[in-house]
Amino acid sequence: MGVRLSLETAAARGLGALSRAVGRGGGTTVPGKALWKLDPGAVDALARRLPEGTVVFSATNGKTTTTAMAAEILGGRRRLAWNRAGANLLSGIASALVSAGRADLGLFEVDEAALPEALERLQPRVLALGNLFRDQLDRYGELELVAERWRAAVERLPVDTTLVVNADDAVVADLADGRASALRFGLDDPRHARPHLQHAADSKYCLRCGTPYDFAAAYVGHLGDYRCPACGHARPALDVAARDIELRGLHASRFSLETAGGNRVIELRLPGLYNVYNAVAAASTALASGATLEEIRLGLKRFGAAFGRFERIAAGGKSIVLLLIKNPAGANEVVRTLEMGVPPVLVVALNDAIADGRDVSWIWDVDFEPLLEHVGLVIATGERAAELGLRMTYGGLPAERLEVIPSLERALDRGLGLVEAGTELVVLPTYTAMLSLRAILSERGAVRPYWDSTA
Amino acid sequence: MRIRVGHLYPEYLNIYADRGNIAVLARRAALRGHELDVRPLGVGEELDPGAYDLLYVGGGQDREQLLIAPDLAAKGDALRTAQERGVALLAVCGGYQLLGRGYRGRDGSFMPGAALFPHETAAGDVRMIGDVLLACELDPGERRQLAGFENHAGRTLLDTGATPLGRVVHGFGNDGASGFEGCRLGNAVGTYLHGPLLPRNPWLADWLLARALTHGGTDGSALLSPLPDELEGEAFRVAAERARRRGGRR
Repeated sequence: MGVRLSLETAAARGLGALSRAVGRGGGTTVPGKALWKLDPGAVDALARRLPEGTVVFSATNGKTTTTAMAAEILGGRRRLAWNRAGANLLSGIASALVSAGRADLGLFEVDEAALPEALERLQPRVLALGNLFRDQLDRYGELELVAERWRAAVERLPVDTTLVVNADDAVVADLADGRASALRFGLDDPRHARPHLQHAADSKYCLRCGTPYDFAAAYVGHLGDYRCPACGHARPALDVAARDIELRGLHASRFSLETAGGNRVIELRLPGLYNVYNAVAAASTALASGATLEEIRLGLKRFGAAFGRFERIAAGGKSIVLLLIKNPAGANEVVRTLEMGVPPVLVVALNDAIADGRDVSWIWDVDFEPLLEHVGLVIATGERAAELGLRMTYGGLPAERLEVIPSLERALDRGLGLVEAGTELVVLPTYTAMLSLRAILSERGAVRPYWDSTA
Repeated sequence: MRIRVGHLYPEYLNIYADRGNIAVLARRAALRGHELDVRPLGVGEELDPGAYDLLYVGGGQDREQLLIAPDLAAKGDALRTAQERGVALLAVCGGYQLLGRGYRGRDGSFMPGAALFPHETAAGDVRMIGDVLLACELDPGERRQLAGFENHAGRTLLDTGATPLGRVVHGFGNDGASGFEGCRLGNAVGTYLHGPLLPRNPWLADWLLARALTHGGTDGSALLSPLPDELEGEAFRVAAERARRRGGRR
């Protein structure tokens, strides 16, 4: 008892110090980590104090972007406790809770593996789940394992928790099966479907009976309109749908957001079908959290880009476009977006730190081939540049159109030297390569450091 | 020459970039004027042991492996016949496990395999994940190394007298204890190493191609002129360095 009491006191002292630290501003991750170490239960207590409760989003792909979009929509009328820089483990959530002071609503992206504990502690009123793709198998294990943990965690949630799920992902949609309070979103525009399932598609087999699904439309990886020819298990009806989708190259997209409460034309300053998914997920999450359709439309219209996910950075009369790649499904969508206008020079940066995935085999599951036919030059860089060079070579890229330059800085300069003034250099980095590239550019004054980025 | 390749269950077993291995075999054959004729072999399709020079089985997620395991076990006789006739074979990760006698789950259940390789696998408590470096001697005096990545919970125990693919220099290997990795049976090779395996270990790709060509009727190694392999060598060097620095510890 004495030990416990002294721990609680220490926690209280810690909290006092934390709020003082917050009062001075800055240094917010350190108190969050300290708090998390000192008293994990404080996260529960801080979350319970939020008058509008918390909203949690998780997915393999699109966590940071979707949550940032939802923040743009929901932040207009409320103060948010939001882990904006993508710190999506419990310690990052603790930091956001501490630094937000008197927030009204908690909005958190949560790492797939951390989701069960986050749900237990935060007891969110809205849980939104985007997608499950194979991702960094050395870190997360197989998709089925993540799905099983999610299933168990969702079953423990009270019945009045609203579940927002991607109906186009069979495994994710199934988590809301039979739940009273659920919102199901998806895409409904077969003009944008892939002609066939991609090589690396997951969840191709019926959850109920194991028969391969028939896809009336497959939009991104295995996400789409599926039906089992044997037992009839199929995509549930959509409560929120994106229809009449228009993709405008590397710059923008537009679609009709259709709900039971009305429709809105959504203008998005982001490219690619995967960002339409992110926008529909954010819209559904915001809708379930009390936003109006007009707030959703305006929020998505204002939205620029999330940290490092799709950034244009000016660099001496030229610009650099950073498109994060981290797993086959995400990278395939980046490739697909670039297919609409293949750049003359492409820099691809592959690191293999823990945050990138130590196992680099995933690059072989990315369909780079459509780009390799048309690209003028690929510069392979990063710690595993040679491996990436092999991927391009065995994908059919002739040696004279490949340069392997492990140093990120040298590769960046080589690329910048080759693109014409007034045009842009497209760079596809993995996570830590993106951080390093931003650091290089920040040193040169081209980009603000991430901690004061407004994402 | 035409090299006939049977790729087992490409729709199900493709988790660790198995198509990278196929791409390497195809390109290295093409650069020497040979043609790789890859045919997918699915569930319920008969495996004609005389129809192939090389067979490939990749790895899958547990769910996918469960879906094809009975079919693979049923192809056991055909696979053994093909192997005895000298058909080259590469099996990776899940495919390697399923080509053994079987897999014993933590709950005691037993999933029979194709019984080609003399080994049995049991589910372990700890997943063995990390970079691996192996020392191999597939032909007497030909000492080589293989660098790859492993990620498996199953512990594979070779029967007494069975030949491993190599000895573990860094990493876990078959079971994290014996120091053995993979299994070699004539022209058949099974391993946990992906990455994928062949791009950064081109000598093994050529070894398999030579065996496949020999099975096709001519002396295979004479039909494979050397390639520069500079980038391959660099990728191997980096991967081997990774294994030295952060490979799994036994």
